[in-house]
Amino acid sequence: MNRFAELLDRLAYEPSRNNKLRLLTDYFASVPDPERGYALAAMTGALSFAHAKPSIIRTLMAERSDPVLFAMSYDYVGDLSETVALLWPAPQRDLRNAPPPTLADIVHGLQAAQKQDLPLLLASWLDELDETGRWALLKLITGALRIGVSARLAKTAVALLGGKEPNEIEEVWHGLEPPYLDLFAWVEGRAHKPSFMDPAPFRTPMLAHALDEDDFNKLDPNVFSAEWKWDGIRVQAVVGTDDEGRRVARLYSRTGEDLSAAFPDLLAMLCEAHFGDLAIDGELLILRDGQVESFATLQQRLNRKSVSQKLIAQYPAHIRAYDLLSENGEDLREQPLNERRARLASLVERLAHPRLDLSPEIAFSSWEELGCARRDPAQAGAVQDAQAIEGVMLKHRDSPYVPGRPKGLWFKWKRDPFNIDAVLMYAQRGHGKRSSFYSDYTFGVWKGTELVPVGKAYFGFTDEELKEIDRYVRSHTRNRFGPVRELDFSQQEGLVLEIAFEGLSRSPRHKSGLAMRFPRISRIRRDKPALEADRIEALEALLETGLRTAAKAPPSG
Amino acid sequence: MFHARLGAKRLRPTYLSGQMALSDLLTLTPAGLYCAAADVHIDPVRPVPRALITHGHSDHARAGHGAVLATRETLAIMALRYGEAFCETQQVVAYGERIGLNGIEASFHPAGHVLGSAQIRLRGPSGCVVISGDYKRAHDPTCASFELLRCDAFVSEATFGLPVFRHPDAAGEVAKLLRSCTLFPERAHLVGAYALGKAQRVMKLLRQAGWDRPIWIHGAMEKITAFYQSEEVDLGDIRKVSAADRAKLAGEIILCPPGQLSDLWSRKFPDPVTAFASGWMRVRARARQRGVELPLVISDHVDWDDLCATIVETGASEVWVTHGAEEAIVHWCQTRGLDARPLHILGYGDDEVEAAGEGAA
Repeated sequence: MNRFAELLDRLAYEPSRNNKLRLLTDYFASVPDPERGYALAAMTGALSFAHAKPSIIRTLMAERSDPVLFAMSYDYVGDLSETVALLWPAPQRDLRNAPPPTLADIVHGLQAAQKQDLPLLLASWLDELDETGRWALLKLITGALRIGVSARLAKTAVALLGGKEPNEIEEVWHGLEPPYLDLFAWVEGRAHKPSFMDPAPFRTPMLAHALDEDDFNKLDPNVFSAEWKWDGIRVQAVVGTDDEGRRVARLYSRTGEDLSAAFPDLLAMLCEAHFGDLAIDGELLILRDGQVESFATLQQRLNRKSVSQKLIAQYPAHIRAYDLLSENGEDLREQPLNERRARLASLVERLAHPRLDLSPEIAFSSWEELGCARRDPAQAGAVQDAQAIEGVMLKHRDSPYVPGRPKGLWFKWKRDPFNIDAVLMYAQRGHGKRSSFYSDYTFGVWKGTELVPVGKAYFGFTDEELKEIDRYVRSHTRNRFGPVRELDFSQQEGLVLEIAFEGLSRSPRHKSGLAMRFPRISRIRRDKPALEADRIEALEALLETGLRTAAKAPPSG
Repeated sequence: MFHARLGAKRLRPTYLSGQMALSDLLTLTPAGLYCAAADVHIDPVRPVPRALITHGHSDHARAGHGAVLATRETLAIMALRYGEAFCETQQVVAYGERIGLNGIEASFHPAGHVLGSAQIRLRGPSGCVVISGDYKRAHDPTCASFELLRCDAFVSEATFGLPVFRHPDAAGEVAKLLRSCTLFPERAHLVGAYALGKAQRVMKLLRQAGWDRPIWIHGAMEKITAFYQSEEVDLGDIRKVSAADRAKLAGEIILCPPGQLSDLWSRKFPDPVTAFASGWMRVRARARQRGVELPLVISDHVDWDDLCATIVETGASEVWVTHGAEEAIVHWCQTRGLDARPLHILGYGDDEVEAAGEGAA
């Protein structure tokens, strides 16, 4: 357990994805079965312990510490698991009679324990582990690892162990159980690929490249089809039948996360008998009275472990399908897009379900024509859904469905971002490689004669621009609040930044009442005096009249 | 409220009413702890005529006093930092040597904090008081080990005076650093450490763990490190980092003052792993606040367990807490029937001041 705890500890501080992978792969390569398998289970969310509740931990601690000292400690540390891990009065190391428990001991112990045995069991482990070990144990049983490792990243690390592709792991993943002995045996070349096939597996999605304007000279409009790029989240809806004839349905996110528990309404639809076995690639949206709601509305249904009937009625979920990967056991991914699309269209028509429809194609004969549609989706057939469109997708009509991001087949041509000019107000140091740079920026616009913050951005700039802003921050600091610097800004002075963003919504959580979607620094406006930065009224107008019409003209090109 | 308590006049009657006439030996003035009978201040935070100095850290050892009494090492460190003329007259005291000051007997004893660090014992007709200065009980190969002194009143630091601070074995923390060097040989490992004491302790621990490559240091550590080496502390091959070296130090260990970790200086190293050797690293939020990727819990102060044990072992019936988490340790003392009070001395234990001071040096 202490080795696993050390890994979690290190991962929690490591900002870089590649370095996280290195740490994970090193761990999987050097720790034996079944310990590493349980570690993988912990990081992919495959472990849960019904009886372990924070209240048990509080009670155990209360029996062992002075309440005043506990309160002072908790107040200082700010996290219950960490406070208990550090405060726990462990017996002297040489008085301990057993080696510290392994992760496997703990998993087996928790699974076998009755609810009333749990406090004693936990206390004995806490006695035997060191500070980091106790922290990891408490995080593990309260279900909040928060180490910045997705299930996908952990699986990728396992794949790297044996030179496999992450999607090969995904294909067998849902048929496997902790501690994954068969999985490790296979990636290390000691056994065949696990033969069990998941009746409703996740298939690594095919992704699009961002379109470069130069690409148009090379691309033939006749061989591409176009669809709207919807502002929802991409999902894979999969239905299969297991060995015993039971229907298994799952809704996956783009990264293979299982979203099923949050969408029982869609699951019920998928399990209807006439749906058959299928795998649909599409967009998850909220549709009310046939109209697509904003992304902000969709967020009400995301990141939930369960969902109330009220919420389901209030935010009805919908799948807008754009690809068919498999139908009744037949893998269609090798088929050209045209074929898949035809099968999808007839399937959606046959199913005739109000919560499932087909993402329409956009008719066009030249890139100019498509450009017009992208600029004004409402006029090009999207009508009332225009606000939920963030551009167009181009797909080669002959393209097979290739996992990953193959070149030259699919492109996304996002609508031009909105732009405002804002004044840099606060700057904060970045993390990892950027820890010596002030790279997180809060910017504001004018409201009367005052600047009000409207957003935060920490990317979009080039390395050169970052150095320039960093220099500016260091030489124009008015105040320091811990890691944050307040800059000199006034009507006479201030650095103006052009901010690009994808959308705007009302938010009571922000001082300005507005929240920007995906803001980033698009360039430094050295030429512009602070007083000529935008005013809050410009943003209000965007909200009032709808983003499409009120948006400022995008920069040329 | 604290400021009012700092006035000597306000304090005197309170202490006189106590069961032991400690005020004969020690009172608190705006400049710090003061022994009226001997007419000396201990670690004063502003210039005074006569000062006893426990150790060379800049929050305790300041320039500008009249006469200074301290260990040879502490005086040398002060001269390195402030120049030879840091005070008017200096007097060396050896560990254990007894010095008479107007009928008060003063002696200095190892505190185990940094090279030359001392606890100061004052003995008068009314009893015996020990001022700990900063101290630790854990083993440190770069300085003399803490000596336990029995006394009537114990004036203790409490930098880590919360029960969450329990320092692990320092060798285990250094092993963490070495494992990271093995796993990431293409990255430079920058270790933030206070220039006096912590840096040299980390160097020595690295040598004891078998690291035989050169250890690179920031220029601000050069003088103090050379002083340690001249005092027979064998630290092996220590090299100062020049601007041109920085890009070439992949896989190497570089020590620098904590403030430099996130400053322009650190940029030129190849994909640096930022480590920080400090007792504060025990708490994740503190490590994250500083952007540290590899926290190393190595402290030169007593942790909670050793603080409580030391208070008990001194046999003192009265405990004064100079700085740190005073409330928690005062509460603990009171639950054990000891008379304890916080002094709230301003100006001690300020990490940031220390870090900024070192960075500028």
